[in-house]
Parts: sequence; C-alpha cells; structure tokens
Amino acid sequence: MEVEANKKEELVPIFIMGKRYEVPASLTIQKAMEYAGYQLIRGCGCRGGICGACGTVYRFPGSYKIEVGLACQTVVQPDMYLTQIPFFPATKSIYDIEKVKPAIETLVKNYPELLRCLQCNTCTKSCPMDIEVMDYIAAGMRGDITRLAELSFDCVMCGLCTSRCPAEICQYNIAILGRRLYGKYVAPRAEHLASMVREVEKGKYEQMLRQLMDTDEETLKNLYSAREIEPEQGDEYWTPKDKTYL
Amino acid sequence: MPYTSELNELIKRVEATRPGRVEAKRRGEEFPLLTLKEREERLKKYHPDFKKGSRTEIRVGVNKGYSISPEIVHLLEAKSRVNPDVIDLNKIAYKTDILILGGGGAGTAAALTAQENGVKALIATKLRHGDANTMMAEGGIQGATKGTKDSPYYHYLDVLGGGHFKNVPELAYTLVTEAPKVLAWLENLGCMLTKLPEGQLKSLHGGGTCRKRMHYAADITGAEIMRTLRDEARNRAEDIKVLEFSPAVELILNEHGHCAGAVLYNLETEEYFIVKAKAVIMATGGSGRLHIQGFMTTNHYGATGDGLVMGYRAGVKLCFLHTVQYHPTGAVFPEQAEGLLITEKFRGAGANVLNIDGEQFVNEREPRDVESASFIRECDEVGKGILTPTGKLGIWLDSPMIDILMGEGAVKREFPGKFILFKRFGIDISKDPMLVYPTLHYQNGGLEYNSLCETSVPGFFAAGEVSGGVHGENRLMGNSLLDVTVFGRIAGVSASLYTKDKAKEGKLNLDHVRRYHKELEEAGIITDRVAPMLLPDYSNPKVRERQLTAHYVGTIR
Repeated sequence: MEVEANKKEELVPIFIMGKRYEVPASLTIQKAMEYAGYQLIRGCGCRGGICGACGTVYRFPGSYKIEVGLACQTVVQPDMYLTQIPFFPATKSIYDIEKVKPAIETLVKNYPELLRCLQCNTCTKSCPMDIEVMDYIAAGMRGDITRLAELSFDCVMCGLCTSRCPAEICQYNIAILGRRLYGKYVAPRAEHLASMVREVEKGKYEQMLRQLMDTDEETLKNLYSAREIEPEQGDEYWTPKDKTYL
Repeated sequence: MPYTSELNELIKRVEATRPGRVEAKRRGEEFPLLTLKEREERLKKYHPDFKKGSRTEIRVGVNKGYSISPEIVHLLEAKSRVNPDVIDLNKIAYKTDILILGGGGAGTAAALTAQENGVKALIATKLRHGDANTMMAEGGIQGATKGTKDSPYYHYLDVLGGGHFKNVPELAYTLVTEAPKVLAWLENLGCMLTKLPEGQLKSLHGGGTCRKRMHYAADITGAEIMRTLRDEARNRAEDIKVLEFSPAVELILNEHGHCAGAVLYNLETEEYFIVKAKAVIMATGGSGRLHIQGFMTTNHYGATGDGLVMGYRAGVKLCFLHTVQYHPTGAVFPEQAEGLLITEKFRGAGANVLNIDGEQFVNEREPRDVESASFIRECDEVGKGILTPTGKLGIWLDSPMIDILMGEGAVKREFPGKFILFKRFGIDISKDPMLVYPTLHYQNGGLEYNSLCETSVPGFFAAGEVSGGVHGENRLMGNSLLDVTVFGRIAGVSASLYTKDKAKEGKLNLDHVRRYHKELEEAGIITDRVAPMLLPDYSNPKVRERQLTAHYVGTIR
C-alpha cells in the first residue's frame, strides 16, 4: 500500500549497499528500499522523521563527501550509493538523576571522553537533523548545561554522530543527560503545578467530580454546552467568570 | 518538492484573505463552533465511521456480534502464528516478575513504577525500545495545572464531550485527577517542558478544550517524554531488562486461568521462545498500520493491533473499537510527507483552515472527529478542496498566520521539527500554508480494563492505546500522552502488588488458543490468515511474485 509507484514515473538508479536498483525518482530512500523488494525490520521506525531508527549514509560517484540523512525523510537521487546504519554501539552511563548536580563534573564523571573532543566538526556534518553537535559538545565542556540542552533539543538519537566521532564520544547520550539536568535542576520549577498537585491530593475536586460522574447524560450535555471558553488570544492571566469549580 | 506553479497561484487566494482573518483573530472573532446536535449530524453524514461497509460483525469470541472495522475483524478471525501443539511450554527462555509487552510510553512508565515497587520487569518490544506512537505524538499533554482558571472538573467535562459522553466515568476521573501528578513526575524526571521565564508551563488550547491546558515540549512532546522515560529505564537496567525485536505473538495462561507469560518471536533469528512471568502488562499500542478504509496513517511502523488479538483470544472483551480516530491534519503534500502528522498545535497557535478560495468553513478547535468530518465535507460535497499533483484533495492550514500573530520567527521556534522538515522539501511554512487531509491516527477503543488497569483475566493488565474506555468514542488531543503516562504508571503498580499477594504458580498452557481455533472452525471460518500481523507489508508485490522459494506466514517471510 505504501509503495505506489506511478507507472509513468521516471526511474533512477540507486545503489543499496553497492547493488544497483532502479526506483521511482520521487520516493524516499525508505520507500525505495521497499520498492526494491526489502521488507524492513531494522532501520525503520516511525516513518516520520522523529524516532531515529533509519540513519543512512551515502555518497555520489566522483565525490569524496559523505552525506547523511534519515531514510524516511530523504528523497533518492540518481547514482547515490547508500547503506543504513540501524544500530551503532554506544556508551550509556548509569546515573541517579536525584543525586547528580547540573554541573560540568556530572558530565565529565559520566562521560570522561567528552574532554577528548578534537573539534573536528565531523559530528555536526554527520547530523541528519542539522544540529550543531560540536557546539553542544563544546557547551558541555564549558559546563554550560542550558546551552547543551537547547542546542541538542531536536536530537533523534540516531547515532550517526557517534558512528563517525574520531574521539569515540557518544554525543547523543551526553545530550540527553544535559537535557535532563536542565529540565530538572536549571529550568525554573512550575509552582502552579506543585500547588495543583497538593490540591488534588487534598481531595479538593473530589466531591464535584463524583457529582459529575453520577450525573445523567442530559445534564452533562447542558453543563458541557454552557462551559465558558477561554479566549484563544487571551493571555496567561485570564480568569473565568464562574469560579465555583476551580 | 516545492509547491507547483498551480499551487502557488492558489496560495495567492489564501494570502488575499489573510490580513482580514488575522484582524478578526486579534479581535477575538472566531468561526462559530457547532452545537452538539450539529456535531452529531456532521459526523453521521461525513465521518468515515458512518460510511457503508465501515463496520462488520465479529463472528467469534467474547464480543461475538459486535461490529467494528473489517480490517480488525480480519485479524480477530485468524489463527495463531504458532501451533499450540508444537510449542514446548516447559522450555522457558526467561523468567521475570512482570512481563511488559510493548516498549512505548505506557510500557516504559509501567516498568518504572514496577521497579519502584521492588519487582523485576522485562520489556519485550517489537522494534527498538521507544519505537512507538508515543515518540510521534507532537502537540502536547493535557492536564489542569492552572488553578486560577482550570481544574480537573473542566478537564473531565471536556474529555466526556469529546468522547460523546460515552466514556467510562471512573477511567476519565482517573485520567484528569492523575494528570497534574504525572506532569509533576515528568518535570521531576527532567523532561524539558516548554515554560515561561518564571517557570509556568506554557499551555495552549486543543480541539474541544474549554481552557488552555495543553502543555508541550516544542513540537516534539512525545519524543521528549519517550526519550526521558527510556533514559530513566536504562538507568535502572539492573531491574528493567529490555528485549528488542521480540514481539509477543500469544499470551500464556496457567492452570488457574491466570496470565503467566507470553510466547515471543525473535524477528531476526525467527525463533519462538517462552517468557514466564507472575503478571503481564499489555502495552502494545494502536493499529494505524492496518490502513483502515485505505486511509494513510500517522502511526508507527509497528502499530498493527497485536495486543487486541492476543487479549481477545485470552477472553478479554473489546470496547469502543466501533470508532476510529482520523486526525484532521495529515500532510498530503509533498508526496514524500504524505500521512505525516501536522500537530493540532498549529491550530491552537492561531492557524486557520481554509478551502480553495481561502475561506474558513469550520472552527479550528472542534473535536477531531468533527473537524475531520468537516474537511471531508468541504472536499467531497462542497467541492472546495485543493487538488494535489498526485490527484489527492487537501485543505490549507495557514501556518504563516502564526508568525503574524505571535511575532516573526514563531513558527520556527514553536515548530522546529516541522519547519526543518518542510524546509528540506523546499517549503517555508512560516511563509506558505500547508496542505492537509484527515489521516488515520488513533485507536479510540481496545481491551476492556478498569482504573487499576486490571482486565477480566487475573494477572493480565492493560495500559495505553491498546485499551479502551477512557476516551469514549473520540479522544481529544493531548490526552493520549496523558493516557500512556497515567495508566502506564498505574499498571506498573497494580501488577507489582498482584505479583506479591495474588499470583499463583501453576502449569502453563495455551488451551485458550486451542479453544479459539475450535471456535473459528465451528463458525465456519476456514482461513489461512494468521494474527497478530507484527509488521505491515510494504514490499513490492512484483518482487514477491518472483520470490519463488519464499514462504510467507501472514505478512512475514
């Protein structure tokens, strides 16, 4: 069903692990592999560019340059020769998020190889998400957790950076450690959330909810239709007229 | 592929009406919302659920006579992948306290709370840990967290209104009261939820919400939650083991009728093997890859409804499967992006939906089923859809309005994932609108369970998209990430407690599978279909014709 090659469509040659196949020019690498006859098990996940299962590297004849892309997001080009890298061994440090500090010591203790970075920028060039990988690694080396978290936010953890790093750093696992440190310790806490949790636990809404649960469908429909709707363009501090059920 | 010259011409009509629409938006003027009665009429006339042939009766099992999508019925009226007489249940490959089937949001959340309750968990998952619809959820996670304007009371009303007032009250109650706790849990795990400088969680409207309670992590909320939960599970690797590329194909019961393990399949070495457990949690997710009614889907490659089949054979009832959720805004252009989810958050942030003349025809924040039905009506009956180069119809989603309303750069900042993606295809979504059409998105129903995630089979628990009842007949946006985290956590606790005082050791068997096979035979269903499907078949049928020595069981060689 996914392979809907238009019969009139132009076919282009691609080389899957060195082997030539002719595939419709409009397909992504992923669909082109299926068109060629592969049933994917490894190297296929969300098919939507977010899970990082289908990291792919390719080259063109006559060019020294190594190109990268997610197979589900990259359209085939004539004469590309490619392979997927569905898995690459990586280091993952075990840590207790409750007991770590948002500081450079945490990063270096868990991933000492962070300091081996050669600043060759190969990681950045290998990122299919156009993330400034070397820059976030540099932020990590400075202990700038905020910058590390922000710069790495779009990472899909496909591992292509790690597969090419001459310093043998596992960038994406350092990145998630950085983001979790940021989310837990650096970003200001949501006070309204903590206070709502306290209210719920004290049972503040218990009676009104139980009442709703026992209400007949007609009454529910009336209550539903009469809800006061927060204006879409209203600001953070809008409050409703009826505060009975707050 | 950038827009064609024909489409660029049509975009001019959108641009012509844009200043007026932006002004109206600023004044707070909106396209009127439909009344409950109007909603009902629109659904009956235009929603795919009501199309002729959209439902067919199940002829076997505990829901005999219940009418649901034929694509699911086909899987229910199929045989097991394994012959119960051939498999040796005495050869146990793994033993664990809790076996969790599925490594998405619900399964991983369950593993974490199970571990906190002092038991060992084994996650068996079809692809990689985290390859799941959770990863793909973009828009956000609901929760009444702002006490000055919202409360679980209003969240509850919204959930029920979205679900046509058919939701199981106890489940909806649990969802809305646990919501703030789950958000606090995620914050505490270091999930990077998008915040204001003082720390308040940013929040937006979703379709069918009366208060802005959709919290998010840019436009990759699900991915942020999934990778955080997965990282945390990996930190607890002593107690949480993960078997990847090992989907379950059958539940195993014991002589007391308790669930006591599962038969797994190694997708790479093609072996079947046995896991024995004191309790099993089903968290296999949804079924978009069944392509119900031929619709494209936003779902993950592995979303083939496996858990429904296994649970049903073991005697657990199905509920709310008679409705299927179509997300109103799946990409229809460019072709490479077809079916891709365009988060509802675009509409929450102010983008209008428009027909070929650049006119509004529905409020952007109707519940998903109503919104989808309205798109289908505009294309099929009114005839004002936009024709794509591949012959599909679409509706404009006017994303550039967001930059005008929220300030230049807002689209790029709030929707980095989609911005980069379309940029690669040569489309700048902060300058040009997107073309969208409803796409198969969510399994509203599933296995029947209660607010402790217990099913009718002792020792067998369910959580997340595989289960049904909490969303009634239609889920609201932002309630699926909430569902997987709330009920995943509960399932982990309930199953742990069960292993400590209720689980009973006993001889393993697959008698329920034998009984089911017999029932199929008695109903006159002679078939070589097998289920669960495990993976969809997208390989080239012409190649298959030439695979003269290949042997397929179902979709898998």
